[in-house]
Amino acid sequence: MRAYTPKDDVQKKPYYTDRYWVAPQVAKSDVSEDAVFAADLEAIKAKFDVLDAYIQVGQMVVVINAVDNFSVIEMMKNVLAYNQLSEMSAIDWLASEGKFEIFYQMLSMSKRKRVRIKCKIGEKESIQSVEKLFRSADWSEREMYDMFGVVVNNHPFMKRILMPDDWEGFPLRKTYPLQGDEFAQWYEVDKIFGKEAREIIGPENRDPARIDRYDTERFARLGHEVPHGTDISQGEPDTPLCYQENDGVFMIEKFDAEKSVVISDRHR
Amino acid sequence: MQQANRLRPFFENITFDRDDNELILNFGPQHPSAHGQLRLMLHLQQEQITKAHPDIGYLHRGMEKMAENMIYNEFMPTTDRMDYIASSSNNYGFALAVEKLIGLDVPRRAKVIRMMLLETNRLMSHLFWLATTALDIGAMTVFLFAFREREYLMDLIEDYCGARLTHAAIRIGGVPLDLPDNFIADLRKFLDKLPENIKDYEDLLDTNRIWLMRMENVGVISTEMALSWGCSGVMLRASGVEWDIRKEEPYELYDEVDFNVPVSDKGDNYARYKLYMAEMRESAKILYQVIDMYEGTEPALMAHAPQYISAPKIDIMTQNYSLMQHFVLVTQGMRPPVGEVYIATESPKGELGFYINSQGGAYPYRLKLRAPSFWHTGILTDLLPGHYIPDVVSIIGTTNIVFGEVDR
Repeated sequence: MRAYTPKDDVQKKPYYTDRYWVAPQVAKSDVSEDAVFAADLEAIKAKFDVLDAYIQVGQMVVVINAVDNFSVIEMMKNVLAYNQLSEMSAIDWLASEGKFEIFYQMLSMSKRKRVRIKCKIGEKESIQSVEKLFRSADWSEREMYDMFGVVVNNHPFMKRILMPDDWEGFPLRKTYPLQGDEFAQWYEVDKIFGKEAREIIGPENRDPARIDRYDTERFARLGHEVPHGTDISQGEPDTPLCYQENDGVFMIEKFDAEKSVVISDRHR
Repeated sequence: MQQANRLRPFFENITFDRDDNELILNFGPQHPSAHGQLRLMLHLQQEQITKAHPDIGYLHRGMEKMAENMIYNEFMPTTDRMDYIASSSNNYGFALAVEKLIGLDVPRRAKVIRMMLLETNRLMSHLFWLATTALDIGAMTVFLFAFREREYLMDLIEDYCGARLTHAAIRIGGVPLDLPDNFIADLRKFLDKLPENIKDYEDLLDTNRIWLMRMENVGVISTEMALSWGCSGVMLRASGVEWDIRKEEPYELYDEVDFNVPVSDKGDNYARYKLYMAEMRESAKILYQVIDMYEGTEPALMAHAPQYISAPKIDIMTQNYSLMQHFVLVTQGMRPPVGEVYIATESPKGELGFYINSQGGAYPYRLKLRAPSFWHTGILTDLLPGHYIPDVVSIIGTTNIVFGEVDR
């Protein structure tokens, strides 16, 4: 029986994991260990619900409710002096809990501190844009929508950014295969030549490592030489291997087992 | 007979029937001064730009997706293809992020070699920037001069790792090779000559009338705008913010070397040009200090962490356990602990960040590449309106964007 592969996460998985193996954890420390972070967290806690907060690899992580995202980041910017939104994007947890996790990576240049604000939203839910606070979120949110399909409210120009506008599917979701889905393999054929040319051209090969054994247009096989494009799926003729030296090249002879001598005494 | 297909010519560059005088110009995606596959849709009133829409994605290869399907070491050569002008700095950013996730400490000699590679890459990148930008503006001589020096550096890197453009010269946990015998002498020879070379460029450009007209007071980015758009590197420092990650959040040995962070408050193209030149001098200064550090370091090049890093080759060839562990690490890959990390490094283009979310598997659960050029392209939306068409070329030039990094 073929092994079951989960359909909600089609990314590559290790083929073997020791049954007793327990993954270690990156250490999380308490926020109170850092005075600057502790003060910031107090200020956030005074106004908003904080679901979780800790320090990991020198940066504070604050988990908030998704509805508070705009006001928390507004406070981070205006009150707590976090003056840059270095990065923001989503993480796909749809397979395990049906949610997207949105993270905002913020930097305070005056405090020399980095904080990550995180919140979770459901698949069909949308999130408030922070583009009014940080212009950099304009493109980040578009990329997030493009890659995950997370809809952002109040965004001035909610449009795909990296993929073509008429693309279907969201490439960074765990359900999206690495080589692209069926839409992807017909996209260029349909767009350039039209759907009616599908049978002539065939689907695009989106796996660069794929080798078709019967492909005589891109691959030749020694000993089975056929004209370009011949159909060999029903069998292929043997062609004799010819060597240049068959006619006699100085010092080079073709190996002939019968004429060869087996040396039994290695010290001869 | 040729088959007629759906690709019919159409005049997307010009819209003919409009009430006002607005002209929509399609700049790129194949334009020599777009520095890659950038398409800019420019709304024009006469020659003045009223609206600009940068359109990207022509070089999108889905690196973040690829990362989720690769073991950590396998992803290293892919990072080369981000900022391919200075690929070691991408290798380094990724290696550092994974090392922080694991909690590794790298041997000192590896740190020194990494510093050499990083600063050589910075010089290569800045020389390349100078060459191409000058060529865009029309200064052919500077292009030839700067490429000559860059060629020397590429040969140096080739001596080290065998590749000229896509180095993959840094490993998670250290560096793969020690410096070749001639490396330091050659580097020193180059550095001794560099001040003269930089002076040559500056003699050609600094007071050049054309250069000044194209550069001064063009593309002015205010401090607020630079911060709001997430600018970093020279783009930020030219706008009056003194922020260099090498200085503020030092990694490797940057806290042991003495260098300055050049800053300008002008925010225009010329300020950025001056900062690039000043940064090259600082890089040379760092390299001199790093060369002196190399002597007397222990010969170890890779960190010792059997769970994550393969043993040195000699152990693999002689000891059974090292070979087994190497086999597992190559076929299955290392499994960093469960957790997440965001590490920013100062690449030649700006803040290069790697966010890694690991669930304890051999493949990262999520890897986000924070490429500085992405926002440096985005800022064109706000920066270009008000400027004239020729300014577009010089502004794109000084933003120093690389499309391998923008589209990833």
